Amino acid sequence: MKIAIPVDEKSLETSVGQSFGRTPYYLIYDTVSKESVFLDNSAVASQGGAGIKAAQTIVDNNVNALLTPRCGENAAEVLKAAHIKLYKTIKASIKDNIDALNEGKLSLLEDIHPGFHGHGGK
Amino acid sequence: MKIAVLSGKGGTGKTLVSVNLASVAKESIYIDCDVEEPNGHLFFKPTDIKSEKISIKIPFADEKLCKGCRKCVDFCKFNALAYIINKLIVFDEVCHSCGGCVIFCPEQALSEKEKIIGEVQRGVSENVAVITGILNTGEASGIPIIKKLLCGIPAGNEISLIDCPPGSACIVMESIKEADYCILVAEPTLFGVHNLNMVYELVRLFDKPYGAVLNKCLEGENPAENYCLEKDIKILGKISFDSELGTLNSNALISVRENKKYRDMFSSLLQIVTKEVQHEPVINP
Amino acid sequence: MNQLLILSGKGGTGKTTIASAFIMLSEANAYADCDVDAPNLHLIMNQSTEAKRSDYYGLPKAEINLDLCTQCDLCRQNCRFEAIRVDAGYKVDCYACEGCGVCEAVCPAGAVSLKPIIAGELMLYVNDTVFSTAELRMGSGTSGMLVTEVKKQMKSAANEAELAIIDGSPGIGCPVIASLSGVDLVLIVAEPSVSGISDMERIIKTAEKFQVKIAVCVNKYNTNLENTKNIVSFCQRLKLPFVGKIPFDPAAVKAINKGQSIVELDCAAGRAVKSVFEKTIRLLNRTCDINSIVTGNSNDYIIIKKRIK
Repeated sequence: MKIAIPVDEKSLETSVGQSFGRTPYYLIYDTVSKESVFLDNSAVASQGGAGIKAAQTIVDNNVNALLTPRCGENAAEVLKAAHIKLYKTIKASIKDNIDALNEGKLSLLEDIHPGFHGHGGK
Repeated sequence: MKIAVLSGKGGTGKTLVSVNLASVAKESIYIDCDVEEPNGHLFFKPTDIKSEKISIKIPFADEKLCKGCRKCVDFCKFNALAYIINKLIVFDEVCHSCGGCVIFCPEQALSEKEKIIGEVQRGVSENVAVITGILNTGEASGIPIIKKLLCGIPAGNEISLIDCPPGSACIVMESIKEADYCILVAEPTLFGVHNLNMVYELVRLFDKPYGAVLNKCLEGENPAENYCLEKDIKILGKISFDSELGTLNSNALISVRENKKYRDMFSSLLQIVTKEVQHEPVINP
Repeated sequence: MNQLLILSGKGGTGKTTIASAFIMLSEANAYADCDVDAPNLHLIMNQSTEAKRSDYYGLPKAEINLDLCTQCDLCRQNCRFEAIRVDAGYKVDCYACEGCGVCEAVCPAGAVSLKPIIAGELMLYVNDTVFSTAELRMGSGTSGMLVTEVKKQMKSAANEAELAIIDGSPGIGCPVIASLSGVDLVLIVAEPSVSGISDMERIIKTAEKFQVKIAVCVNKYNTNLENTKNIVSFCQRLKLPFVGKIPFDPAAVKAINKGQSIVELDCAAGRAVKSVFEKTIRLLNRTCDINSIVTGNSNDYIIIKKRIK
């Protein structure tokens, strides 16, 4: 399956990004072929609705699951409509998160935060 | 005669001044443009209230006509649209109601529905017609409500007092757009003077005639007064720091209706203001 | 970073006065002024270094090239914001323009384009503390976006800081909503007047919509003891923590006017704010402890524990 993870740099050694909508890049990883691709997040420059635009990008790349520490309600709505599963990342490396997912150790992300009218981002 | 009352800093006395000036006039209109935190109605306690809901237009798609070209998604500068598995999703709170997606849809699949963001309440309190704008909590912008509040106010000699929001951003600007004159209410504090500077620049940017009312004046040096003298801002009047006035205000009582001394004070202030307004050349015939 | 935001609903209740006192008492290494329409915190928190200044670009605004304009009027007809005027040629009112791009797309002559404009200025002071602030150009929109930039600037300059104190703005709209993002606790400074109570209720409703924890205190309580009592009962009814009351104090007014925080001298308001501060910090730590336990971030828990004096 194809998974997406927000990341701060285009490298597998980097840490998991803190925000879904405004992370600079996404790692798209295929758990079967073990291929990884880095996507630029075009939503990062948005004034508002970054989560929505980011979610559309994820959907358009045929991702099956998203691993993220946080997700806003607008992005969550888009992802849910596309039947993409949301998992909560653990405070560990990308590799550890992928392993945890494969071992069924990652929990679903249930704490969806409300929209901030286009001015969100911690 | 539309008189806007603004201040930059919050809590300087905009509502005190606008409510009492409106009350002391023979007949007047009081318009509360502080739609996020309207307070005037707490003082006036208006009756015969007629409420009008204010809404903005939000697009929605006719799924039968939508071909999924995504032209709307790509056009939207606010990212309010997403296209997921053959369905267009619209995000109300992010939508700015510009109508662009509706115009540019090649299949004409988009129409608009109304979303209520607040209301305008019109009522009466003795000699004052009280018009209050209220923004629903959670909504980001009260501008459409302010626009509604200010349209249909008769031009002419009837006195209208426009109670503005604090600050100097777009909602304040919208509130003073139609004003014939601006009263800047200043308090004698460091913060008050700093923020007075911002609204002073705003009224000059909009070419509005203006004057200042110094509130909460104490003995000794008054930094607000010094600022006005320095910038050649006409001081229309001074209201002393007065605990009796403060208490009446704190209990949402209209001072001019409670005590003759305040009635006299605000009457002379109103006279000075109207004289000032009449002396100004007519800007918008 | 644990974020404490100070809001009020009503203007003039004492947010900046209390925020500056809290910053001094907590020795917070990071603080921000999110009242970008009328920033005042810098007047009390004197800085030893110059600020790093950067331009803030708000939404791009439409601009009409009169050489290409054929005066077909399509732009004005389609503008929902009444931002296009005819005044010796077609002109865009940059204060009303929301940057939606309809005029640009509708113009048959390619005479309209969206151009980025400077809507304010961001300031960042970095010495032994990090202070982030900004000023919006008056008449500008997008104050919410600027608030987000102020917080982002603070976070990136001080990402090791344990506690950040944020001075908020009055109202309940865009800039307030933007400031609520990512905050751990909101302290609402209420004024015991009918207006103050009405405004307090609306800001509480707003904060609750965004699921942020709330605490309430009363400033200038001695100006109306009856209303102060009403606020306390209101908090009890809604099960909101009431963290104390501060008197109106002429000595405090004098201090603020001199650019001093009320805890830099001995006065009644200063003493009262210390108690409010202690209760608020304890509440903040408890809120963060709970979050830390839930996410299993035990290292954070230890750091926060150390903060309780």
